[in-house]
Amino acid sequence: MDALDLARWQFGVTTVYHFLFVPLTIGLGVFVAGLQTAWHRTGKEHYLRLTKFFGKLFLINFAMGVVTGIVQEFQFGMNWSEYSTFVGDVFGAPLAMEALLAFFMESTFLGLWIFGWERLPKKVHLACIWAAAIGSNLSAYFILAANAWMKHPVGYEVVDGRARMTDLWAVLTNPTAIAQVPHVVAAAFIVAGGFVLAVSGYWLLRTKAPMWRSAARAALVMTALAGAVVAGTGDTSARLLYEQQPMKLAAAEGLQRDTAGAPFSIAPGIEIPGLLSLLATHDPTATVQGTEDLQAKLEQQFGPGDYRPDQTIVFWSFRVMIVFGLTAVALSVLGLWLTRRRRELPPWLARIMVLALPLPFLAMISGWLLSEIGRQPWTVTGELLTAASVSPGVSLTEVAISLTIFTLLYGGLAVAEAVLLTRHVRKGPEQTEPAPATERLQPSLMY
Amino acid sequence: MVNLWFVIIAFLWTGYFVLEGFDFGVGLLAPFVSRGPEQHRQSLETIGPVWDGNEVWLITAVGAMFAAFPAWYAGMFSAFYLPVVLILVGLIVRGVGLEWRGKVTNPVWCDLGIVVGSALPAFLWGAVFADVLFDSTLAALVGGLFTLATCVLHGAVFLSLKTDGPVRRRARAAALAASAVVLPLAVAALSSLGSIPALISMAALAAGAALTYRRREGWAFTATAGAIALASVAVFAELRGAPLPGITLTDAASGPYTLTMLSWIGLITLPFVLVYQGWTYWVFRKRVALTAH
Repeated sequence: MDALDLARWQFGVTTVYHFLFVPLTIGLGVFVAGLQTAWHRTGKEHYLRLTKFFGKLFLINFAMGVVTGIVQEFQFGMNWSEYSTFVGDVFGAPLAMEALLAFFMESTFLGLWIFGWERLPKKVHLACIWAAAIGSNLSAYFILAANAWMKHPVGYEVVDGRARMTDLWAVLTNPTAIAQVPHVVAAAFIVAGGFVLAVSGYWLLRTKAPMWRSAARAALVMTALAGAVVAGTGDTSARLLYEQQPMKLAAAEGLQRDTAGAPFSIAPGIEIPGLLSLLATHDPTATVQGTEDLQAKLEQQFGPGDYRPDQTIVFWSFRVMIVFGLTAVALSVLGLWLTRRRRELPPWLARIMVLALPLPFLAMISGWLLSEIGRQPWTVTGELLTAASVSPGVSLTEVAISLTIFTLLYGGLAVAEAVLLTRHVRKGPEQTEPAPATERLQPSLMY
Repeated sequence: MVNLWFVIIAFLWTGYFVLEGFDFGVGLLAPFVSRGPEQHRQSLETIGPVWDGNEVWLITAVGAMFAAFPAWYAGMFSAFYLPVVLILVGLIVRGVGLEWRGKVTNPVWCDLGIVVGSALPAFLWGAVFADVLFDSTLAALVGGLFTLATCVLHGAVFLSLKTDGPVRRRARAAALAASAVVLPLAVAALSSLGSIPALISMAALAAGAALTYRRREGWAFTATAGAIALASVAVFAELRGAPLPGITLTDAASGPYTLTMLSWIGLITLPFVLVYQGWTYWVFRKRVALTAH
């Protein structure tokens, strides 16, 4: 165990944790904005109650996304100073753009939304939640563009041992980013959809109030649509992996040798012939490279070393992602069918929706494990090894201290957030008074 | 171009210190100038709509450092590893405390988080920058105490400007008490810089105290904001030669292409940011009154 291992653990723990909250922020922000728009358009009371109810849950979660995101912004410099110095010229630009174009908008307009219920005209107030939601989604684009560059670096040259950007447009339109952004953002909408469905399911088991059916219907539509986007972009990603990150694809499939007409293995030993080649190239007879043959080629190119990622994690996280993600989407399609033409949602399905809450989260995390562990041993594919990225001056003790502090703090906050969300879900929406002259802010939406 | 980006980063840090300076101060003071939950809520509501936007100034400053001066960014945060960890812990417990406070049954843990989470970064930022400049523990301690006390003063003046009733009265008293601590610390921390902005900053702090005494709250706040801005300018003027010991700006900088691109992006987006953040302060310009719920 050295400082490098602990720094990797810390990055893994803090990033996975951060990305439990962020997808919910991305999807739920748009959902709440949609509810408020529905209230605006129809004037129906229950949309306002749902807006405030899900708005409160959104804010509890939003806080966690923000505070754990700050850690990410500093962590590259703290633990990965060699990486930061090497990539900053390219990688820093989307991060700076994220702050300027997305975070300012998100935080400022959310502050206006929370405290502006009576101070702002209704339309302006509605625009504020949309601006905040758009800010969240924009931030996803910039950070994913930066991340895509690590996997498939473009628009740069290496001068004096540092990457120098030569084409910002190429970085922002990296094909890996173009495939990854809709994939991750749509997955975030599935996470948010699953969350709304679990909450609505909980209430549908207790009450016949029509507001829960409309919340559930909206979430079912959102999840099913997002599911279609995730599947489509997943297909694009597989083909990009074949071209750009063959080692990750081989590891995800447990394919050891270059194989023509490569099979897709559902689990070790159960294979569908030709399917992997079909998915990767749209040609069932094409050759897909295997881990051992790639290893030999990479050793020739970069010198001795192990260029294979942890194949067990990559193989299984790929399967968990697909199975859990597809299950969540299939449930939403089933729910849409069963609730067609004003039919009520059956209680057994409501129960399943509550139980299915963890599935999209687990699919999301598995997707990231596949994506980032599959990139190893590189931080920047073909340019910089993870082992050469770590801060040389930061000691094992220091990383051990920070890893301990962050893990304990994050663990405590996770419990607190779960308790707080559960309590507010159980409490349910508050009654909105029918337009009293002196209506004040709902206490729950302020400090 | 290198110099321009140094100025932009200095501007972003300065904006951060001025803006988050008062919400650190309010966070620290809220339990001490409030009696009972209504007044406590009133105190914190003065920063409620704006603190998160203020914090984005830090995120932007750090992101801009990463993009424009990668070696400065990497060197600074790996060199001050544990202080930065504590700053992050502070920002985490503070942010969660502020957001969750109105949604829990008993906010005592949130309030503790807000106080501790405001004190840690308010002290540590001063200590870190003083240590970069003077490389001495004593200087770091004085620098940290100076920024901590200045945040308290700045926050107290802001509270007296933005509230009514008993909180306003106690905030004024707190501002006067804080001045007595800030002024000697300012002399200790800023006189070693010795530059003109540092000297004017000291004078502005004294003016802030005097204006608070004469109940000119708006002008007092202008004075403390100006004092923090000038102190920050004085620090960055010193850092220009070497942002960290042993490296120059040119060594640390990104290439001309990146800096040019970043300049265009900053030029186009920053005015919008300033306008809508300014608008937020305009929307919430009124004093926060004490209301029972």
